[in-house]
Amino acid sequence: MTTRYSPLHQKHVDAGASFTDFAGWQMPVRYSSDLAEHHAVRTAAGLFDLSHMGEIVVLGSDAAAALDYALAGNISAVSIGQAKYSLLLNETGGIIDDLVVYRTGDDRFLIVANASNREVVAEALKLRSAAFDCEVYDESDDLALIAVQGPKAFEILGQVDGLDIPGLAELKYYRSVPGTFEPNPPAQHEVFVARTGYTGEDGFELYIAPDVAPALWDAILETGQGSGLVPAGLASRDTLRLEAGMPLYGHELNESIRPAQAGLGRVVSLAKEGDFVGRSGIEAGLPPGSSVLVGLVSDGKRAGRAEYEVFHADRNVGAITSGALSPTLGYPIAMAYVHPSVGAVGTELTIDVRGTQVPASVVALPFYKREITS
Amino acid sequence: MSEPTERKYTKDHEWVDVVGDIATVGITDYAAEKLGDVVFVDLPAVGSTVAEGRVVGEIESTKSVGELFAPVAGTVLEINDAVVAKPELVNSDPFGEGWLIKVTFTELPQLLSYDDYSKLTGE
Repeated sequence: MTTRYSPLHQKHVDAGASFTDFAGWQMPVRYSSDLAEHHAVRTAAGLFDLSHMGEIVVLGSDAAAALDYALAGNISAVSIGQAKYSLLLNETGGIIDDLVVYRTGDDRFLIVANASNREVVAEALKLRSAAFDCEVYDESDDLALIAVQGPKAFEILGQVDGLDIPGLAELKYYRSVPGTFEPNPPAQHEVFVARTGYTGEDGFELYIAPDVAPALWDAILETGQGSGLVPAGLASRDTLRLEAGMPLYGHELNESIRPAQAGLGRVVSLAKEGDFVGRSGIEAGLPPGSSVLVGLVSDGKRAGRAEYEVFHADRNVGAITSGALSPTLGYPIAMAYVHPSVGAVGTELTIDVRGTQVPASVVALPFYKREITS
Repeated sequence: MSEPTERKYTKDHEWVDVVGDIATVGITDYAAEKLGDVVFVDLPAVGSTVAEGRVVGEIESTKSVGELFAPVAGTVLEINDAVVAKPELVNSDPFGEGWLIKVTFTELPQLLSYDDYSKLTGE
């Protein structure tokens, strides 16, 4: 596989970032410190390059109907400017990927998929929409994605020179709006702005042409520096989303997991008219004993990590899918799939941390929830 | 302690500073950088016997877990309590305040020179 580079790669090199391979992309894992970047997002703001994500456009008079059939949610009920978290299911109701769907017009949707699933999602959408009057375009190479996340994200974004986002002040969570960026007037570039994110904080995601992305990156960095904004890498993104109880494809989600197991039953709309891929599998219900996703917390500093086994008394009841010492909370947190008999909040379990049984309690997700001030 | 250029190294990215029959052990800046922010350090008990090449402790970062190998066989003379209390010392000063253990030994195994180690990491 050829290595892919973000249009912002040189910015990260210049900033002294360490890189990691993510689905074939060289992406910044950290710039200086995972913890500092994590705390910056919780207390001020962080700037993320997410250009590796897949962006797929579905366009045509039947686009909404096609997505109602292709995805788990009721997509035709999504209004223009609204975003919806959804799932691409297989025939048996297993999760192929989780996605965010933005309705950008009557007959146009932008679908954002995980980097590792870009081709899979694009192919599935093409296949599933073949009988509908619409086209599927993989625009991933034509869009960079920059996220500004944190309590100061709104204040910073409103002050970036050349960035015009109509109605930014009124833009609600999971809503989007087209804007413009004009780094060198009169050259004006489109930027698609959504109030979405993957950190548990308020924040925005900005989609822009790759050649203009470096100028936007610099402009946001410069504007935000006085407010404590720092560039943040994928390491902090992972601990932030874990604290926020957000599932990650490949960890909490895969084709053998049904939405209800992952606590995502609400994402599936059985009420919508017509068939959709995965409907029969979902309607059949979960087999008895299907594992459920839970949150686990422990005392001390030793964190259970992905694939560590979980026990109830001497019985192996499941395994961790993601875990870390929570930077915000100061104690170890983990998400795990366990047998439903031990999934109730308050159940005492143990985690096998490299040979040591570490006590852990089942807690409700998320581990961290921001205070809503506005 | 001596300058990093004067110390011995292992392929497991540890440095060894030898004075008499005492070896002070830590991880290199390269290893610390690869680990990311260290949040937990587990060190062997003072007085315990360690065998060359065996795992004697753990260095955990937010992202991963690194193992501490004993670069020499011997007895643990001292551990760095400061680094247990403040694991971030491993990142901020890996060759100094971030040292991990001191081991008394009778025989020093073949270790890498600074130059050899630098070739290993390509730096």
